[in-house]
Amino acid sequence: MKTSTAPGFLQSLSPASRPDPAVPPAALAEIDQSCRGPVLFMFVCGVVWLLAGTVFALITSWKMHDPAFLAGYGWLTFGRVRPVHLNLVVYGFANQAAVGTALWLMCRLCRVPLMHGWMIIVSTVFWNIGVLVGAVGILAGDSTGIEWLEFPPYAAPILFFSYALIGVWTVITFRFRREPHLYVSQWYLLAAFLWFPWLYSAAEILLVLEPVRGTVQAAVNWWFAHNVLGLWFTPIGLAAAYYFIPKVIGRPIHSYYLSALGFWSLALFYNWNGMHHLVGGPMPAWLVSVSIVASVMMLIPVVTVAINHHLTMRGHFHHLKSSPTLLFIVFGAMNYTATSVHGVLSALRSVSEVTHFTHHTIGHAHHGMYAFFTMVMFGSMYYIVPRLTQREWPSARLIYLHFWTCGLGIMLYVGALTLGGVLQGFAMNDPNLAFLKVVAVTKPYLVLRSLSGMLMTVGHIAFAWSLGWILIRQLGPYRDPSAVVLGSSKSQSTGAPA
Amino acid sequence: MNYGPLLFLGVFLTLASSWVGLVLVPQIQFGRLEPVKIEETGEIYPMARSGLAEQGRELYRAYGCVYCHSQQVRAEDFGADIQRGWGKRRSVARDYLRDKPVLLGTMRTGPDLTNIGMRQPSVSWHLLHLYDPQMTSAGSIMPPYAFLFDRQKQGLQKSPDALPLSGKFSPDPGYEIIPSPEARALVAYLLSLKSSASLPEVK
Repeated sequence: MKTSTAPGFLQSLSPASRPDPAVPPAALAEIDQSCRGPVLFMFVCGVVWLLAGTVFALITSWKMHDPAFLAGYGWLTFGRVRPVHLNLVVYGFANQAAVGTALWLMCRLCRVPLMHGWMIIVSTVFWNIGVLVGAVGILAGDSTGIEWLEFPPYAAPILFFSYALIGVWTVITFRFRREPHLYVSQWYLLAAFLWFPWLYSAAEILLVLEPVRGTVQAAVNWWFAHNVLGLWFTPIGLAAAYYFIPKVIGRPIHSYYLSALGFWSLALFYNWNGMHHLVGGPMPAWLVSVSIVASVMMLIPVVTVAINHHLTMRGHFHHLKSSPTLLFIVFGAMNYTATSVHGVLSALRSVSEVTHFTHHTIGHAHHGMYAFFTMVMFGSMYYIVPRLTQREWPSARLIYLHFWTCGLGIMLYVGALTLGGVLQGFAMNDPNLAFLKVVAVTKPYLVLRSLSGMLMTVGHIAFAWSLGWILIRQLGPYRDPSAVVLGSSKSQSTGAPA
Repeated sequence: MNYGPLLFLGVFLTLASSWVGLVLVPQIQFGRLEPVKIEETGEIYPMARSGLAEQGRELYRAYGCVYCHSQQVRAEDFGADIQRGWGKRRSVARDYLRDKPVLLGTMRTGPDLTNIGMRQPSVSWHLLHLYDPQMTSAGSIMPPYAFLFDRQKQGLQKSPDALPLSGKFSPDPGYEIIPSPEARALVAYLLSLKSSASLPEVK
């Protein structure tokens, strides 16, 4: 529509160029249209990795109670499929769902069409090459052996180049925004886009390229690994929740001040949390203590956000019936509170003495990464995709199948491993119990975990099916989505974000 | 909060704080630790590993053993690590000076291996255990690493390094199972895992 008014690429890089004040904020339809190619491309790639990562998850989980399963091949041994699962779902799926959602949110909140779409396309191509190279590298035995950073050294630069394009794009979009007001979601997005490259490059340099000596590596490792969740995925998940909850129910967020308090307290405390992964380890006591204190302080941002979201939702819970976006996001937001409070408890020394080194930790990681973050991303995609394709979701049944299988599946998963992990921890701390007896304690819970994983697999297939179907429909005749999109937004006068 | 620069500054400073606190300060405090000479034995600790054990360490990393086995012993009053015999003392930073990457681990699906070289010094036990853990530890959920062994036709006499397999674990008649160089390297690494030297910081 107004593509001629967008700055050229070199012009947008120049510090001297300024946004043209004569250009009005872009219409939502124009923004959605400009996002169509790049954001859908990213979502589709992400969902392909979600399916691949799910297959590796099932293999990994099954091997834990049936060690003879696929045991004949070195490249499929437990210690390789497990990190492939983690890296595929984290960097392949979650990251692309997060960045795709963040790009669309940035455009909407800055009120500009997506500029320089080629940057996003090139970035996505490189990202997927990086993920593929990394995963194959792990299967081939080239893992770095560093948790959350297993991709071999030759995959990391590809990913970093890809991310750099996104980072530059974000700065350009922010500078040429036509909406001076910065909504709370944007604080989180801008912070995340600045934090991630710092974390990733610092960790790659200090652990892989020029490793620091001894247990300083462990400190850097958990500073990175906890922050990639806390300062990258969490802010993007919260940005989405802060945007979609008021958007779908058509009223403003309850309190600006609570939003600001929640944001700054998260920024202040979350990045100090990582060393609680090393409780009892060969680290100076002060280092672990600082992280435990910071972990407890996380109650402030978590409770603040929970109150703010709850008071926004109060009296509007009936929208859950009509909006899959809200259903997934409210489920995710509630689990954000639950997993964070649980995390505070687990960081305490007395609790950690039992739960550290057990499946409890794996349960907790999935609680945060899946029950909170992934569910919020599903909700976001349910909102964004129909607006990009201008087609409604083909089947409400598939959506509900997705929600209930994944929702129940992840609750069963977290429940089984949390309980199983605590029992495992108590058994392990009883020196009179032979180690194989400890293993026997955990087995039923490992079987339950496989069952819960199958439930979630059904949900993932349902979601991929919906997404494929809506994309095929896009090839068909146009249908006005506004009347049929479940939970479409109310008019603009409600105070909800643009 | 409409002031972009203030937002950027705050976001920068918050992460800078923990980068200093959790990365830079540890590097200053214990990033330049050096090996020490143990008074009783006159040995330098930690010692460099043999070439074979170092190869084994690469395999330990590549096969992801770290996802089920930790290499850190907690203090006496914290958990039952020492009572279980996983080490004679708690682990300290100096134990890891030669490790790249440090393989502390965060899971104990299997037992801790800090001191496995002292706890189980038998090469043949480790080879059997790697070939099929059910032979030495029935009920274990550790996967078999039979792919680290070669199945070959038996000559006139049984090879001296063939695994002593019997019953349901034995190969087809006329065949024998020989550990590959990879299996030997991995066992050499496991046997090199000893950290019982008493250090000035933990007597």
